Amino acid sequence: MKYLSNVSTLRLQAAKCTGCGVCLKVCPHAVFVIKNKKAVIVDLNFCMECGACKMNCSFNALEVKSGVGCAAGIIAGALRGTEASCLCE
Amino acid sequence: MNKFKKVDCGCDTIANCCGGPKTEKHSQIAVLGGVKTKAGDIPVVSAKLGFKDTLGSWRMRWGFGRYSYSIEPGIYAVGKPKNTSPVFVSANYKMSFDKLRKALADIDCFILVLDTKGINVWCAAGKGTFGTEELIKRIKAVNLEKIVARKQVILPQLGAPGVAAHIVAKKTGFKPVYGPVRAEDIPLFMKKGMKADEKMRSVEFPFKERIVLAPFEIIGSLKLLTVAFVLLSVINLFKSGGLNIQNTLCSFLPYLGSAFVGAVLVPALLPWIPGKSFAYKGWLAGLLYVAVIGNMWFPGTTVYFTWLLILPAISAFIVLNFTGCSTYTSLSGVKKEMRYAIPLIVVSALIGIVLNFL
Repeated sequence: MKYLSNVSTLRLQAAKCTGCGVCLKVCPHAVFVIKNKKAVIVDLNFCMECGACKMNCSFNALEVKSGVGCAAGIIAGALRGTEASCLCE
Repeated sequence: MNKFKKVDCGCDTIANCCGGPKTEKHSQIAVLGGVKTKAGDIPVVSAKLGFKDTLGSWRMRWGFGRYSYSIEPGIYAVGKPKNTSPVFVSANYKMSFDKLRKALADIDCFILVLDTKGINVWCAAGKGTFGTEELIKRIKAVNLEKIVARKQVILPQLGAPGVAAHIVAKKTGFKPVYGPVRAEDIPLFMKKGMKADEKMRSVEFPFKERIVLAPFEIIGSLKLLTVAFVLLSVINLFKSGGLNIQNTLCSFLPYLGSAFVGAVLVPALLPWIPGKSFAYKGWLAGLLYVAVIGNMWFPGTTVYFTWLLILPAISAFIVLNFTGCSTYTSLSGVKKEMRYAIPLIVVSALIGIVLNFL
């Protein structure tokens, strides 16, 4: 299932990528593949901005504004004047 | 879920999609005995879930009972692990732990339970409680280097948004390996030499996973329904000059239906309903629902227009909230659809309410 197109904030800096492939291992939606010894974004629209790739990239090649894709969390964040977050605490 | 969790997620009051503490007390798990290690005796837990575990997860799905569903963080054993056995890492939400130990029936191993405040792996990773720091702290606190010789821990892949594996390796010497998304794939993952193939790594959102969220969605829509009910009562009071319970209840039925459309029908049929935006899917299904019930019983032009304006808006709002439970919506995407959906929902519902008074 695909969500809205062209919204993900995921960016990959090819120059910093060493092709270690850790992003492929942690991505839950198969956003990356390795091509010519570098990670490549196959389809940005599958990205749910979970931030797993950025967190586990030891070369800082990935950037994404991660957070919860949750309407209730965004409303709660807006009301409290904080970032969107799950209300489960 | 997703999502909702996913669920994301409106889970502060009645139901709770991510787990989360209601009291400080931990649930008890049946301990079968102990395994002797250099770091002391480690409690052995069963890989079989009992009636109480099943009942507990059912109660959590429905949000019954204000009790904690967390377990004590620390180290546990399954089977008869030795110092060469694998170590699996889990959250201290009991349902996460139960799913893991159920999958470990034929694997002698240790389970390292992090303190995620009783929240599941995915939601806790998003918050950072299933995170780098907690993992480092817990590895040290249980003296893991005395328990196992192999310096490796297996993490659920969904914990990756919270854990920087390379930092954990640097700080503790233990190398985190990401396992499959679903605990039931662990036996196959181990058989394949600890390699997760693409299927094991992918998060899907199949019918079964969407439909188990129905109770949570129903409970979540109760607040909105209460507001609708009170408004209807007031409107009826104005119109008929008295509180006619039977009348109010009858006119409330379509509203109940629109909540059912948003909470159950759309989540169940999610991939087959046109559109990508959740609010749009909900609105469309709500519109179709009004067409169907209006065809069965026409309530008069004014009420019909009220239905058209309010019922799809209710469905749209409830489905919009389902983004928190889904496992593929992004923060940027939800923000984008909310920017146009929320004003439209509010305006549509308000016009509908005003129309009622005319």
